[in-house]
Amino acid sequence: MRSVLSSRWAGLLLLAVVIALLPLALKNNFQFDIAVRIGFNAIVVIGLNLLIGYAGQISLGHAGFLGLAAYFSAITVTRYGWPPLVSLLAAAALVGLLAFIIARPVLRLKGHYLAMATLGLGIIISIVLNQEAGLTGGPDGMAVDAFTIGSFKLVKAREWYWLVGALLWLAVWLSLNLIDSPVGRALRAVHGSEVAAEVVGVDTTRYKVMVFVISAVFASVVGSLQAHYVAFISPQQAGFFQSVEWVIMVVLGGMASTYGAVIGAAILTALPQVLTALEDYEHMIFGLIMMLVMILLPKGIVPSLGALLRRVSSKAEGGK
Amino acid sequence: MTLLNVENLSKEFGGVHAISDLTFTINPGTIHSIIGPNGAGKTTLFNLITGVYTPSTGRVLFKDQPVTGLRPNELAARGMSRTFQNLQIFMNMTALENVLVGRHLHLNTGILPSLFRWPSIGRGDRAAAALAKDLMAFVGLEKYIGWDADAMPYGALKRLEIARALAAEPKLLLLDEPAAGLNATESREIDEVIKKVAAQGVTVVLVEHDMKMVMEISDHILVLDYGRKLTEGTPAEVRQNPDVIAAYLGQVG
Repeated sequence: MRSVLSSRWAGLLLLAVVIALLPLALKNNFQFDIAVRIGFNAIVVIGLNLLIGYAGQISLGHAGFLGLAAYFSAITVTRYGWPPLVSLLAAAALVGLLAFIIARPVLRLKGHYLAMATLGLGIIISIVLNQEAGLTGGPDGMAVDAFTIGSFKLVKAREWYWLVGALLWLAVWLSLNLIDSPVGRALRAVHGSEVAAEVVGVDTTRYKVMVFVISAVFASVVGSLQAHYVAFISPQQAGFFQSVEWVIMVVLGGMASTYGAVIGAAILTALPQVLTALEDYEHMIFGLIMMLVMILLPKGIVPSLGALLRRVSSKAEGGK
Repeated sequence: MTLLNVENLSKEFGGVHAISDLTFTINPGTIHSIIGPNGAGKTTLFNLITGVYTPSTGRVLFKDQPVTGLRPNELAARGMSRTFQNLQIFMNMTALENVLVGRHLHLNTGILPSLFRWPSIGRGDRAAAALAKDLMAFVGLEKYIGWDADAMPYGALKRLEIARALAAEPKLLLLDEPAAGLNATESREIDEVIKKVAAQGVTVVLVEHDMKMVMEISDHILVLDYGRKLTEGTPAEVRQNPDVIAAYLGQVG
């Protein structure tokens, strides 16, 4: 137990150091922008990993939650002058409530059926955002005011970097805490065997609903912030492809690995930017890299490399 | 006082009567076996008692309280736990974590305390881990404490299920074929574990095909055939019963 505890703090310390030192390596606004986007995606994917990786459920509709929060913040702040932070918290509460109401009927489904239901949810939200043009600006989207806390105004990517970095660290900490607790074990038990979890007293419905709500709230907070950061929102951000991309990040980084979620988000956010140099071949190479990673590291990047390290170190100790 | 009353219990699956009008009681502090040929409805009966299935008709009383239709987790909270004929191990966790899930009802499962890791979570988990290790030793799994569940052999997983069920501190423990697929030595070891569990005051209900084991450790035996009660009684009574012999060996003459 003690070693688990210390390895937990070692990971969190390392993450803090990386977040603190990364700006030294970032040369321009464009690179800071990518770092901020990585942070946003990583926070959503950490939440989604709790649902998919640990509890073994699936959602193809989480971009809908992000979109709802983004529009809620955009409209209340830009049109009605709400303080952005109040707007963000209100959006999180509303999205959490919506997720709570939807979760019970939807999470009775399993596997492909659950994927279909959450897909439908995302599409409904996306259609509403497109159609309610009077409120949302329709397919043209709408401009969003800058994020302010009191008299302090966040505009540049450099400034956003520190807020997003701090939130990412917080998200990792919360996720690690949750997993290393009776609740976290209950979530993993739901993944392992629902009926076995129930006969030792785990209310599986409660935990499925709970993790669905938590992951929706993570997406909601990012949605509100991202709307201000990009200063513009369109229904595309709430679309199906965004949801799928996050699921890919979970799988690529490694299911049931919090740091895997961060790595998956970082790679899938940065890779297209790096590959733009290849011009016409960009998508082909991108696809090839994805296929190779999944074939060579089938459990995802972090768990597969972790297992490799353990094998190597146990071989080194094997001589004793 | 009885611990479990099953009254006129029936379960139909699309016209097939898996259990028909079954009535029996289980007294506390006994080892109670349920036997019968394949397809007699033993596992269905377990699923009905533990809330995995809802009965078509009839009712179940646990500690004199009606519990028909309650979910398995609600029954677990009242002191009922079980194992499975086809293993239901959390293969995505370590052996110790499997047993720790069994402590679920006795630990702080608040969402905010877990997210922010209040000190009580760490304290509770450390105490639970110590107890889980003791339970693994109790069922003879001390060498597997640090193992991943998916790396353990079949016989060890059978015992891991018992340790997990015991971690919930049940009053009534239902074991569905704990010796199935085990060799004679392993079977005898499971035998010892069950006796030790019963000696601690846990009432055990057993579904088992290993007749030697059943006859040796049971206080009371219920014989099912085609979802109905064929007979019940002490091992000696059941062994002498011509109906039982007929059901197992086929009609004579």
